[in-house]
Amino acid sequence: MTDTVLKVVNLTVKIPTRQGVLRPVDKLSLEIAKGKILGVVGESGAGKSMTGNAVIGLLDPPAHISGGEIWLNGKRIDTLTREPMRAVRGKQIGMVFQDPLTSLNPLLPIGDQLTETMLEHLDISASEAEKRAIAALEEVGIPGAAERIKSYPHEFSGGMRQRVVIALALCAEPSLVVADEPTTALDVSVQAQIIALLKRLCAERGTAIMLITHDMGVIAETADDVAVMYAGRMAELGPVRDVLTRPTHPYTQGLMASTPLAAKGGKRLNQIPGAMPRLTELPAGCAFHPRCPIAKDKCRADPAPTLGAGDGRAACWFAGEAGP
Amino acid sequence: MSQETKGQNHQPATSPGETSQAGNRLTRAWSRAAGSDFIWSFKRSPVAVVSFLVALGLVLGAVLAPLFAPHNPFDPATLNLMNGFSSPMQPNAFTGEVFWLGTDDQGRDVFSTILYGMRISLFVGFAAVAFAMVLGVTLGLIAGYVGGWIGAVIMRIADVQLTFPGILVAMLIFGIAKGFTPLEQRDEMAIWVLIIAIGLSEWVQFARVVRGATMVEKGKEYVQAARLNGRGAGGIMIRHILPNVLGPVLVIATISLALAIIAEATLSFLGVGAPPTQPSLGTLIRIGQGYLFSGEWWILLFPSVTLLALALSVNLLGDWLRDVLNPRLR
Amino acid sequence: MSDLVEVKNLVRDFDVSAPWLNRVLERKPKAILQAVSNVSFNIARNSVYALVGESGSGKSTIGKIIVGLLPPTAGTIKIDGIDPAHEPDKAKIAAMQVGIQMIFQDPYASLNPRWKVGDIIAEPVTARGGKADGLAQKLLEQVGLSGADVNKYPHEFSGGQRQRICIARALAAEPKLIVCDEPTSALDVSVQAQVLNLMSDLREEFGLTYLFISHDLTIVQHMADTVGVLYLGRLIEEAPREALFADPKHPYTKMLLEAAPKLDGFGREVEPPKGEIPDPIHPPTGCAYHPRCPIAVDRCTKERPEMEQKGKGRVACFLAV
Repeated sequence: MTDTVLKVVNLTVKIPTRQGVLRPVDKLSLEIAKGKILGVVGESGAGKSMTGNAVIGLLDPPAHISGGEIWLNGKRIDTLTREPMRAVRGKQIGMVFQDPLTSLNPLLPIGDQLTETMLEHLDISASEAEKRAIAALEEVGIPGAAERIKSYPHEFSGGMRQRVVIALALCAEPSLVVADEPTTALDVSVQAQIIALLKRLCAERGTAIMLITHDMGVIAETADDVAVMYAGRMAELGPVRDVLTRPTHPYTQGLMASTPLAAKGGKRLNQIPGAMPRLTELPAGCAFHPRCPIAKDKCRADPAPTLGAGDGRAACWFAGEAGP
Repeated sequence: MSQETKGQNHQPATSPGETSQAGNRLTRAWSRAAGSDFIWSFKRSPVAVVSFLVALGLVLGAVLAPLFAPHNPFDPATLNLMNGFSSPMQPNAFTGEVFWLGTDDQGRDVFSTILYGMRISLFVGFAAVAFAMVLGVTLGLIAGYVGGWIGAVIMRIADVQLTFPGILVAMLIFGIAKGFTPLEQRDEMAIWVLIIAIGLSEWVQFARVVRGATMVEKGKEYVQAARLNGRGAGGIMIRHILPNVLGPVLVIATISLALAIIAEATLSFLGVGAPPTQPSLGTLIRIGQGYLFSGEWWILLFPSVTLLALALSVNLLGDWLRDVLNPRLR
Repeated sequence: MSDLVEVKNLVRDFDVSAPWLNRVLERKPKAILQAVSNVSFNIARNSVYALVGESGSGKSTIGKIIVGLLPPTAGTIKIDGIDPAHEPDKAKIAAMQVGIQMIFQDPYASLNPRWKVGDIIAEPVTARGGKADGLAQKLLEQVGLSGADVNKYPHEFSGGQRQRICIARALAAEPKLIVCDEPTSALDVSVQAQVLNLMSDLREEFGLTYLFISHDLTIVQHMADTVGVLYLGRLIEEAPREALFADPKHPYTKMLLEAAPKLDGFGREVEPPKGEIPDPIHPPTGCAYHPRCPIAVDRCTKERPEMEQKGKGRVACFLAV
């Protein structure tokens, strides 16, 4: 495929600790094409944020990429050193985090932050940059953009701040946006606004999005493809409609059945017994087997099959054997 | 976890008597402690290990001074004026006795006076910190939990006190207390006045930190749960909040101990602290400085080096403790 | 029998003014935030009443007032027929308050990290000077943990297990009413299901009444018998669950239901809602929702609509049918 923006192959992240070497991300492969949205879902500790941080080259030491490759627009980026990676991060990858304040400088007016980013990465004049900054703020729906470029981040509400962050992430016209729980801190009505905005902007510009979230509803409405992670590994990967309506991995099946909507009021929810194991206490074999209703001896002995991008859907020896 | 189960499996194999059970529990507690983050980071910090060993050696030397010290410097019967001004490690010209660290003008062994002097210094230090801690933690808890005008009054007093140098406050208190003490009791009272004076100049740190930590804990939901279950303010402060603010208190206590020892030495050096009949390290330094320019350097140098080692090792331990207990401060 | 909880014309103001000196120097007036504005509702015995709303709606404040952590500024609350503000018999108030418990949002902050689990669970009894031998073991087993866990500390448990411990602590008081403030919003989906199921089971077993505070409509739809919708401190709609989700009357409720992401909403194009929640210190005149309301008329800007019976529920909107 020629229009693949992001390609991750067998990515492994390791953290050396006292309890041994942890693998928050283990042999993960995925692809995002131009203009597409890949949802990455999983429970806390599943490694979804760690994957996002690995892609943007912002892993907190001692965490580091210990294996695999990350390709952006046909160029390998996981081997880049700090400075070239910084250029890539500003120019080709935009970032939106859960807390908008982490992406904004509290001491600079937002207009300056936008123009600075553009001047660094685009070949334009200062006055042109200011014009574009106002346009960018108007585009993300900030009323009175021409006056508000002089405002500081704290003068905006949470929803408006996240809009500014999106404007900042998109102002250098990146080909990929990594959005890590962009709406988790926001109210339902504002969340709907932000999601609609992200979707519209990326459709217009053909930007690929890696949308990291724990909210299946957001994924269903937003993503084209979905990657379900469990304990650092890819559990299931495929088109969003297939994965959500006909999941084949027992974990995805349990997850879908345990959301309150699936029970349609009053009835008991389906529950997956236990909780996701800590990385320090990963069981042998498939990490999900202690909670799995269809686990067999093979699952206790052998790690689940590794999913390559474009392979079959579920990383499970017995995928699809339990009814959804 | 695994060590614990191992311990349990072990029991039937060994004789299941009372003592072995107690021993087993002890080994288990030890292995848990040894496996904890606390001990782990201690072992990884050479500064902490060295400081701990130095401080431990000095404290043990002071506590066990009657066992270690060649002489009791407060017992005139053991003194021989002929031994006066002996140089370190050299036989005395008259008696031929050898003193490791030399002697002072009255023939007192400097090594012994240091050991006994440290007892006074450490006693004053620990007692002053304990006093400051009780006072500061109590007031900090009240200021943080009750708040309102009571809290405001407490913290304003603390602010005012912070504008004076601690040593000045201590001297002031010492001076006033001296005026109220009958002449014949002054020497006896001096140590206790010293403790209160230093304690009063150091409670502010405890109060401020405890107040801040208390306000954080007060907002947490376990405190709300205790409130709605009918636990009173006193019960919540003591049973719920106090155990959760002790971490930073421990850090401040350690650093305050170093400060208190130095404050005591300073006061004694200035002549307003420990009396010559009960010389602390500060008193020894004051006495020693009189001989510095007449060639008897050891009378000043060794007590000073001891004070330095004591204060520095305790301080470094405090720094390390702060890093371990609160990684955010690093 | 009367309803377990009767809330009438409840008001709660917070003084959010700058400190006195700043106010004088900067010539700013006192700022009062009305977190709860004239709210009335009843909770039937052995039912689940859900309060939904976005941030600033006052839902948590109402919960805290009902359990007695905050005093109301005005209005009355009767629980089991007793109004703690006007009841002369102190013993009656105390007995009533034992029967109200709360489960909090953050399972990490709601357990004292220095206490053993057994002591934590027994606290509702021991705090009032009672003896609680063996109670903690029994309750731990009841919420699906092991009785041997009494000697462990909270950090040895996962988030879901901690929330079970919180539930066990609430049960120790033999409560009639449990106020649940976002009890599962800190939990993962698969664990959330475990906790919600446990709460449903316990409700049947002990005849509990829940006041369920949440921003998550899917959980409310699953748990509640009656739903009250709050906006900017005002109750704007209240209806039985089926009626509310099938036929919302208030435009704000409609918007909330529309905006919530749907699991089967593949590629759904939502018309994003207009505007944001207004500044609660200076709420809009008339109906608080009118600046964002697609059907607002002139009257909505001037006059505050009262709750009126319409269909199966009550709604505060002039234009609702």
